[in-house]
Amino acid sequence: MKFFKNEMVVEFFEDKLAVGGLVIFLILSVFALFPSLFSYQNPYDLTQLFLENSFQPPNHNFWLGTDEQGRDVFSAMIYGLRISLYVGLASTILSVIIGYTLGLISGYYGGWIDTIIMRIADIQLSFPAILIALIIMALWGEGIGKIVIAITIVNWVYYARTARGVVLSEKEKDYAQSAKALGMSNFGIIFGEILPNTTAPIIVIATVRIANAIILEATLSFLGLGVPITQPSLGSLIANGYQVLFSGYWWASVYPGILLMVLIISINLIGDRMRDVMNPRLKR
Amino acid sequence: MLKYILNRLFHSAIVMFVISFIVFFIMFKAGDPVQLLLPPDATQQDVIEMRHALGIDQSFIKQYEAFLRNVAKGNLGNSFVYGQPALDVVFERLPATLELSVLAMIFSIIFGVPLGIIASIRPKAWYSKAIMFLSLSGISVPVFWTGMVLVLVFSVLLGWLPSSGRGEVYLFTSAFTWDGIKHLIMPVLTLSFFQLALILRLTRTGMMEVMMQDYIKLATAKGVPRRVVVYYHALKNSLIPLITVIGIQFGQLVAFTIVTETIFAWPGTGKLIIDSIQNLDRPIVVAYLLIISFIFVAINFIVDVLYTFVDPRVRV
Repeated sequence: MKFFKNEMVVEFFEDKLAVGGLVIFLILSVFALFPSLFSYQNPYDLTQLFLENSFQPPNHNFWLGTDEQGRDVFSAMIYGLRISLYVGLASTILSVIIGYTLGLISGYYGGWIDTIIMRIADIQLSFPAILIALIIMALWGEGIGKIVIAITIVNWVYYARTARGVVLSEKEKDYAQSAKALGMSNFGIIFGEILPNTTAPIIVIATVRIANAIILEATLSFLGLGVPITQPSLGSLIANGYQVLFSGYWWASVYPGILLMVLIISINLIGDRMRDVMNPRLKR
Repeated sequence: MLKYILNRLFHSAIVMFVISFIVFFIMFKAGDPVQLLLPPDATQQDVIEMRHALGIDQSFIKQYEAFLRNVAKGNLGNSFVYGQPALDVVFERLPATLELSVLAMIFSIIFGVPLGIIASIRPKAWYSKAIMFLSLSGISVPVFWTGMVLVLVFSVLLGWLPSSGRGEVYLFTSAFTWDGIKHLIMPVLTLSFFQLALILRLTRTGMMEVMMQDYIKLATAKGVPRRVVVYYHALKNSLIPLITVIGIQFGQLVAFTIVTETIFAWPGTGKLIIDSIQNLDRPIVVAYLLIISFIFVAINFIVDVLYTFVDPRVRV
């Protein structure tokens, strides 16, 4: 197993908190992948909901209580977790692909392509991310696909800038120069030679950004501008529960909130450790 | 220096022009606000008259041209919903938003920087680890969730603090009256929690990087007391990058007032912009975004100028 002998991997596992984060994240991923195995009911199958069960506090039938439609909060949370994770991962993968490609092209070719891409990035960065996403969602209306695209539009900039910075220094190195001298195509040099050598910083940013994307999705859903009510994420569950918080039905919002927090902390623990392991500046 | 300032002003003006165009275009495409403004039983004649009165019956180019003419006169058009000049509507609510943002920023700096220093001096100590874990939860918690937990604990369970509104306002702010302060506590805490954690972490990283530099080792070897090394030699240099972050983050804070104001029913621009986007009230949306980007640009500019004062190596 070459992977486990890798110096960085060994170093990663030396930190107990990071390993804890990884374990929690893996467990939550299993929950999200197979929600029906772990939940008491399918929370969106209306035939399984009974109004006489509404607003039950946590008890032996419904561990974490029920909401106003008699829906089991625990089951709803697992299905919500699935959607939150999906939006976080899908938007991050999309923005890495788009941002990375644009950044590589921008840094490698320079000139007017570089100017255009970086000007767009500058204008976008002179604006808070949440505002851009908010406006897009307000005008497009809610939807899982739409929110993935909105977050991608907001996030590609970060990867583009990082990739561009790395390429600027990489393309002058001997291996890239010799590939060019050997007559390799620009496409081949960018994606065959430079790309594999620049993945470390992007992986680190991507990990932290997954957490960020999930928070952004939850915030938009909380404001009622995110995923549709028929497919609630953790953010929309919290928003629904918030409406009845003042009536004392705290469980409908507090438990989804705790799960969201645990999810994001676990991702940040992993991301933090990866940054430390991959950042040579902090090595003593 | 003057040339640099003029150059920056020119660039900022272009950015704001582009933003105004994009937002104007998006809002133009978004739909017809008249449907939302008129009662459901309005006749076709009412609709036509209203569209004409608002000037939205013309082509996009004509409308944008009219907008630019107004801008030259220092006017961003009248709000479709309120009927008043959009700038006035936004400016009327701006103090409430800035009050939240400024207080949250001050709070984050006052607590974030010292805690970051403490966590950097002995990174392996239990209190450093505790501080770092708390800061990790700080950057992991969505703003709305912090606000909700505060409301649950201090309003619903304990009943100590009011959960909505701004309280008694005196001289543009609630900070001078006891009632106002009670209303301010939770929104400010909510808004600053993330920033505090971020500033704390950046202070710590900055300090740790500076502490490894040769001149720190030299100062220690010379026999300079530890306290002087940390608070004089190291802190001074690690604070410089922090200025940039605080500048950028202030803009984020202003944006996140949207969430905070929604939770606490705070009568600022955040609530206004959510309502205006939903009502397709284009003049307000454009005015709000231009003001926000102006604040962003102004702060970045101030940060750059400050830099030349605190760091003699930087020359503009």
